[in-house]
Amino acid sequence: MSTVVSIEGLGVSFSTDAGAVKAVDGVSLSVERGEVLAIVGESGSGKTVTAKTILGLLPETATTSGAVILSNKAGTAQHDVVSISKRSLRAIRGTDVAMVFQEPSTALNPVYTVGWQIIEGLRAHSDLSKKEARAKAIDVLRRVGIPEPEQRIDHYPHEFSGGQKQRIVIAMALVLDPGLIVADEPTTALDVTVQAEILDLLRRCRDEFGMGIVLITHNMGVVADLADRVAVMYQGKVVEEADAKTLFSAPKAEYTKALLAAVPYVGTGSAKTAERAAARPEGWTEQAPVVAAQGLEIVYPGRFGKPGFRAVDGVDLVIRPGEVLGLVGESGSGKTTIGRAIAGLTKVTGGSLRVLGHEMNGFSEREFRPLRSRIGFVFQDPASSFNPLLTIAECVAEPLIIHGRAGDAAAARPRVDELLEAVQLPKAYGDRYPHELSGGQRQRASLARSLALEPELLIADEPTSALDVSVQARVLELFAELQREFGFASLFISHDLAVVDLLADRIAVLYHGRLVEEGTGVEVLGSPRDPYTQRLLASLPVPDPVAQAERREELRRIREAN
Amino acid sequence: MSTTESTPVAAPAPKRRLRDRIPVVHQLRQSVGLQRGMLITGLVVTAIFILTAIFAPLLAPYGFAQLRDADGPFGSQQPPSAEHPFGTTVGGYDVLSRTIWGAQTAILVIIIAVILSIFAGVLLGLLSGYFGGWLDRLLVVVCDAIYAFPSLLLAIVMAIAISGGQSNLWGGVLAAALSITVVFIPQYFRVIRAETVRIKAEAFVESAKVLGASNSRIMFRHVLRNATRTLPLIFTLNSSEAILTLAGLGFLGFGIEPTAAAEWGYDLNKALSDVTSGIWWTALYPGLAIVLVVLGITLVGESLNDLADPRLRGRRRVAQSAGVVAETSVVPGGTLTAGPGGLAGLEDEATFDEHGIEVKP
Repeated sequence: MSTVVSIEGLGVSFSTDAGAVKAVDGVSLSVERGEVLAIVGESGSGKTVTAKTILGLLPETATTSGAVILSNKAGTAQHDVVSISKRSLRAIRGTDVAMVFQEPSTALNPVYTVGWQIIEGLRAHSDLSKKEARAKAIDVLRRVGIPEPEQRIDHYPHEFSGGQKQRIVIAMALVLDPGLIVADEPTTALDVTVQAEILDLLRRCRDEFGMGIVLITHNMGVVADLADRVAVMYQGKVVEEADAKTLFSAPKAEYTKALLAAVPYVGTGSAKTAERAAARPEGWTEQAPVVAAQGLEIVYPGRFGKPGFRAVDGVDLVIRPGEVLGLVGESGSGKTTIGRAIAGLTKVTGGSLRVLGHEMNGFSEREFRPLRSRIGFVFQDPASSFNPLLTIAECVAEPLIIHGRAGDAAAARPRVDELLEAVQLPKAYGDRYPHELSGGQRQRASLARSLALEPELLIADEPTSALDVSVQARVLELFAELQREFGFASLFISHDLAVVDLLADRIAVLYHGRLVEEGTGVEVLGSPRDPYTQRLLASLPVPDPVAQAERREELRRIREAN
Repeated sequence: MSTTESTPVAAPAPKRRLRDRIPVVHQLRQSVGLQRGMLITGLVVTAIFILTAIFAPLLAPYGFAQLRDADGPFGSQQPPSAEHPFGTTVGGYDVLSRTIWGAQTAILVIIIAVILSIFAGVLLGLLSGYFGGWLDRLLVVVCDAIYAFPSLLLAIVMAIAISGGQSNLWGGVLAAALSITVVFIPQYFRVIRAETVRIKAEAFVESAKVLGASNSRIMFRHVLRNATRTLPLIFTLNSSEAILTLAGLGFLGFGIEPTAAAEWGYDLNKALSDVTSGIWWTALYPGLAIVLVVLGITLVGESLNDLADPRLRGRRRVAQSAGVVAETSVVPGGTLTAGPGGLAGLEDEATFDEHGIEVKP
């Protein structure tokens, strides 16, 4: 085997407003032909910067030291990307190394056909005639699994689904037959079922095309599924490098152990759920539900006579006091819409939705406003859910002031301090501005704000999907702890089955706006009845290469059975 | 709460120093290289302009309407001399004095025009962007109509309506200021409306809505303050446009009578015939004053605009691999050493700058 890229003593610094910031510090790595090297780390660990250095894609504010020796596929020529001229760098990009980006919908230019975009790269690097280039583009589209490539080549990016778009981005990377592909979080923007297909495709790139792949990801399940060798990065340094099986079975570095321990597994929540169910008082099921939906329908209006989009279609669900209902589904399944409808942010267009005894179909904001103090909401992105110009204490005091529990932010401060302590933030953090807190801290503050009025119902819309795994683990623990303490009912929305399993008493699975399955964690995750749930469950990669290989087989069986 | 004992009190976050928070001073300290040069040039020119306007009575050797002194009349179209460093105009006024007094008129127009337009524009933009619907559509159409209208024509109509063609100081200033106001309101309206529409979709506005906040509270506490970030930029750019409109009005003969106030555009108009007969000083100095002031204010505006955008902002290059590796949001061994959700591993050292880049203090 020959080495495709070898990184030696790489250091990258950025100049920022606050002075120099070092992103990568003395990293040495190498990738062989036909090998997948996964670089794992949490946000800010320098993994993306390392990957971008291989293609010479760093912004002008970066200063680089060390060497990145890149060989072409035949192994006949070598270049040092760090010191090479811009012109030669352009010649290397595409032919020797190519990149697959995170977000396929932004990596493709919406005003050109996909064929044009593939041919563009081809013609930039070779003297192919238009016809030959087109034939080659069709061929590569077929190889990445686009059906009817002869017709589809003339389609525009918006005519493809997200997974297909990512296939096209991979096709663009493959078309010049480079020796190395750098894939930066290639599946993060995709749903799990699509993710499994893209991972299969990348595996084929390695096996059939003999490429080296540098896979950048934060998802340990993806690593276990695809990687041959893993490098764990932390604070700009490689803390551990090992082959995948060794790393998962016997991690050496403390950080790797912590990282692996923080990854949620499906099936860990069942014991807790059973415990909670046993502790419920008699007659609990007869209590009036906090939320009751019957035949709930939500249609977004269409434009100019076109039919509207049916986001939620005949959903029945019930949340009883003190119960956590986990709502799982892929993007577009309507799970967020249901959460927003319960909070009165989206209009209900059909069926019945009763929240705290108030009918939401045809509701008026004026009548519903008093009830808002009994509902809390935690948003997905902690970065944007705080007014950037108010301090954390002022933000947390907002609900108290609005509902007349306190005159102003200063009067609310004692209560705010209590709340910050409840979510385990130091009191002094109240004087900070949101941007001065990290993502996990902000999400804690967000929990504090939503709990300020001690609501009976808390709607959490993907509260941890913007966080790193280790931070996610702590926020989830905190959530469970607060739920025990305050005893609120909760609708916990997530795309991640493992996360929902940790917290929820019951799990509801949504698919295309319909509720396909509902039950306790043991029922839904242990023996799923609906084919969609089965597929969803099998698609979810587990952070264990051996177990993941078995699951892959199982997923193939399920796919073939359908 | 049960967790009180386990919560250590962290040191308060380091406050940004006062000099870093004053708008223009902050940007000045932040800038480097060419951008800094542009900003400083603009600030110096603008400062000279403002000081000249304030101290015009002290600086000008004569009054703006003075035609004679103790030694008799100044005389018409006198070339620059010891008594009249910039010469005299065809009407017999001292050019230097009128150029200095002209700064006062100009700044008056800027202040009135901007104050009048900023309040109306911001309020309308906020309402229109926040509520949307028919009000929004109506206001946008009206603003588009005003855009389509030539501003100078509007100013002429205003000048006639306000002062009936008779131009005294306030009549002329108000005519210019009001016509500029009408043209500027749509600009403020557009900017604030666009920002409001963007901010309305942000999660913190929705979170205020979920908390049950009233519309006015959301608008003024959460949206308004976040929407005003670009105002200083339009403010400076509009100021230079205001001067140009005033000068244009004066040049067309709708300006202020020389006995009421000094006005650069009027002087330029009167100097029109001088240029062909080789009398350069009557046109040069008022013209130069207009160019310099507009350039100065525009430079400030453009530099502020560039500095406000992190992608356009220049930075000093760092030495080879300098700096410390930023502490990140990762908790090393956090789940092992700290209790459930405990603080032991939480990063209390790291802070973020205003663009969300995490830095160590």
